[in-house]
Amino acid sequence: MKKLSKLYLVLVMLFLYAPIFVLIVFSFNTTKSHSVLSGFTLDWYVRLFNNRFIMNSVLNTIIVAVAASVLSTILGTAAAIGINNMKKLPRALVMNVTNMPIMNPEIVTGVSLMLLFVFFMARMKLEMGFVTLIIAHITFDVPYVILNVMPRFRQMNPNLYEAAQDLGCGPVSAFFKAVLPEIMPGIISGFLMAFTFSLDDFVVSYFTSGTTQTLPITIYSMTRRKVSPEINALSTIIFLVVVTVLVINNIIERRNMRKRGGAK
Amino acid sequence: MKKMLSAPYIVFMIVFMIVPMGMVAYFAVTTADGSFTFDNLAAVSQYTNIFIRSVWLAAIATVVCLIIAYPLALVLARINVSYQSTVLMIVMLPMWMNFLLRTYAWMTILGNNGLINNFLGMFGIGPFRFLNTQGAVVLGMVYDYLPFMILPLYNVIVKIDKSVIDAAHDLGCGNFKTIVKVVMPLSMPGVMSGITMVFVPAISTFIISRMLGGGGNLLIGDLIEMQFLGNSYNPNLGAAMSLVLMVIVLLIMVILNQFDSDEDSVLM
Repeated sequence: MKKLSKLYLVLVMLFLYAPIFVLIVFSFNTTKSHSVLSGFTLDWYVRLFNNRFIMNSVLNTIIVAVAASVLSTILGTAAAIGINNMKKLPRALVMNVTNMPIMNPEIVTGVSLMLLFVFFMARMKLEMGFVTLIIAHITFDVPYVILNVMPRFRQMNPNLYEAAQDLGCGPVSAFFKAVLPEIMPGIISGFLMAFTFSLDDFVVSYFTSGTTQTLPITIYSMTRRKVSPEINALSTIIFLVVVTVLVINNIIERRNMRKRGGAK
Repeated sequence: MKKMLSAPYIVFMIVFMIVPMGMVAYFAVTTADGSFTFDNLAAVSQYTNIFIRSVWLAAIATVVCLIIAYPLALVLARINVSYQSTVLMIVMLPMWMNFLLRTYAWMTILGNNGLINNFLGMFGIGPFRFLNTQGAVVLGMVYDYLPFMILPLYNVIVKIDKSVIDAAHDLGCGNFKTIVKVVMPLSMPGVMSGITMVFVPAISTFIISRMLGGGGNLLIGDLIEMQFLGNSYNPNLGAAMSLVLMVIVLLIMVILNQFDSDEDSVLM
């Protein structure tokens, strides 16, 4: 039984990782072939970094992701405080709207925003670009911030805010000194989630970017043209970044867990 | 006073979520010059076969994901707690790669000059046509969305009270019977959210079908994309298609929710 489950785990891992490793191996191949290894080279990496088009889209992706996730975090945290103080009915109503972008098929979100932007921007002689991209990203980012911050209020002592005011804080400083530290972990995880979703998004960006290229859009247009090992080189770099971030995250989590265990 | 803090958010969501949805509905029932019509919705029926194909392929992919992910979630939940989070991280890691790159990987593996055909060629077999088939599309969906099935299943199964399982063993259930009679009913909420998390993106994808299905295996997503950014520019028809897609997704969620609450009431 133990052996069987280990074997199963290995098989699924193989299924999940084999395609990625094929991508990585062929990023070092001297020819464009994806089936015959003919020699080792770092050429595709050099070309990748010299490709101004790709590097430009990396920069665009980061600008959009930072702007969208910061704005979503502010908008979403304020919203969560407001929603938390609402009565049952309006609260349920707002939460339903909050769940909409998560439940809606991505393509419908993208298409509906495109209709809105095209309709109004044509009237104002504007074009889709950074602004529309950031707005579109905020619409699917904010719900994740709210859903991460809301549970923090439930875990918090509801009298904390009043207690801080009794002890001489004004309403604003009571919030920053007593409430904010309590909900901070939710804000941070909401922000990180929003940031990664923005970095990774293709579908919604595809419909709302106009001529502005983000990395996923560039990757898409690269796969539509001739297959080039530059994509493989890019995949390898992205894979390494992902591995590094997740390993660091895992180490921090373990350390926190040990700390908590030690405190008990 | 504090309630006012959510005002900017509410305004934002009305302008960029509710109004755009309303525009989809409005475009679906108007012509290009703005007069009311049912023609767009009627025209969608010409594509019934594509809608059926999308539901069918997404359903197969969802079932395959469930079959692969369920035993895996059981295995993961039983791993020694000290390195459970590490193993889980390794299983979920591919999800953090952009799905375009993951789909592209299969494109190079399945192609006529790809790794598999090249390997078979050494034995004088093939080449087979793997790429541009419905099988390739389903494979792509399973590969891209499998983590979305594993995570909710694992989250539910790992929280099942150990004493419930011990009780089942004490009352004479074997391992297999315990899983079927105790673990499975208790994991139903995870199954339901796993199904929605795989089915919804699978039925509305246009990337996987385009990259792995060639031109011959169009899905709803491809149809919609073509009406907005493709050659056959017709946002009114595209809006009608989006509306139908939303209705299909909504129906499926309602059906799944039904199941969910039934299971809960059984457990009560």
